[in-house]
Amino acid sequence: MNKISFSKIGIVNYGMGNLGSVVNVFKHLGHDPYIILEPKDVEKADVIILPGVGAFGEAMTNLHERRFVDVLSDQVLVKKKFFLGICLGMQLLAESSEEKGAHRGLGWIPGHVKKLNVDSSLRLPHMGWNDLIFHGSSPIYSSLSDSKAVYFVHTYYFDCDSKYIDAYVEYGKQVTASIHHDNIFAVQYHPEKSHSNGLKILSAFLQYTSQA
Amino acid sequence: MLKKRLIPCLILKGDKIVQSIKFKRYLPIGQANIAIEFFMNWDVDEIVLLDIEASIKKTPPKYELINYFAKHCFLPLSVGGGITSLEEMRKVLLAGADKIIINQAAVRFPGLIQEGARVFGSQCIVVSIDVKINAQQEYEVAIDSGKVLTGMDPVQWAKEVENLDAGEILLNSVDRDGTKQGYDLELIRQVQEAVNIPVIACGGVGKMSHLVEGFTKANAHAVSAANIFQYTEHSTIIAKAYLKRAGIDVRLDSQVKYDDIGIDEVGRII
Repeated sequence: MNKISFSKIGIVNYGMGNLGSVVNVFKHLGHDPYIILEPKDVEKADVIILPGVGAFGEAMTNLHERRFVDVLSDQVLVKKKFFLGICLGMQLLAESSEEKGAHRGLGWIPGHVKKLNVDSSLRLPHMGWNDLIFHGSSPIYSSLSDSKAVYFVHTYYFDCDSKYIDAYVEYGKQVTASIHHDNIFAVQYHPEKSHSNGLKILSAFLQYTSQA
Repeated sequence: MLKKRLIPCLILKGDKIVQSIKFKRYLPIGQANIAIEFFMNWDVDEIVLLDIEASIKKTPPKYELINYFAKHCFLPLSVGGGITSLEEMRKVLLAGADKIIINQAAVRFPGLIQEGARVFGSQCIVVSIDVKINAQQEYEVAIDSGKVLTGMDPVQWAKEVENLDAGEILLNSVDRDGTKQGYDLELIRQVQEAVNIPVIACGGVGKMSHLVEGFTKANAHAVSAANIFQYTEHSTIIAKAYLKRAGIDVRLDSQVKYDDIGIDEVGRII
């Protein structure tokens, strides 16, 4: 398979979860992602991926300790590099989170991370396959046809203005599943665990980043 | 809302997938790496990989094989067999698994469930419960590949497992395993009713309608089968089509067309 080398994809390692499946999925799509271990590694990326599984507070602490906050903010907000946040990586974009105390986030997108408020008939975390409900048009969802299901595992969600939201998911009520603002994309679900749909979405995202 | 899930169970002995019959006889089916390739294309929602050899011989998990599987699996992968410690859990997750399945280790050291949940998150911890019908015609939890009865009632054990923060339960009927007589619906119903966490039904599927019954008659959150999916091409795609026609809200892979095929009761295209 020919390596498509338009975009240099950097995946941030800040100690929050196993990067293996995220690395694998981009390799499967024909790319050659590299791991961002230090702040100086960020600059050469055309596309920055921020994955993450775990607690918000610990994640922000790690990002600060490893001095990623300033360089990521510069590369994404000022230099306008393409960005994709996955799961916790989406929630960190918020101004704050109430998970295990009050924590400040990156604040790139106005809004706050809150606990999913569901009645006793629904279990937390929201775990399993659930359908995306699209809101407005998005460059990354055009290739999905009949099935809109992707894989979620989360207890908290990013509550933000609907103008940033390009897909919701229904769990008790409609909850943010995906956001898009300018060069910033972020998804609550795990595209690397979402089978064909996940591959289509990531592929569309990468195509968008190489053409825009 | 959340979809109902179809999960093939790959029983691993060495590097081969095997068919198991009442947890006693294991007949080879084929190469593990080939099985994972086709299941990835046949519309399954998750994959369960159980290393029977590690369980019986009490050897550690096969990390390299798990890593190989994980590389080709863009679906949640649950791995079990011979996992007895936090360190082994960590290594299995690092190798690429999304969830850990523990069975007799959970019975012997219930604290392992809670510790695993605390360190890795309860969504990573699946407790597998094997059940036999004892001499008094009651359900009893069995360990050691179904050989040793523990004296525990599966409903009580399931409740305890939930209290210890397990994320899901994989419920197996030792007596139904490999018999193609269908799930032990009463067992599944009792356990799912007693807990709030998802119960994955396993053991005994011989016909497509058995899968439907797992949802409609026993209320399982997910259905699993090992043997039946190994023999027919597109087996799990057909199972999904069958479930959809029965009105079950399952995820359908949009690459496949389900509407025009005729399906017989064991899942062959007619």
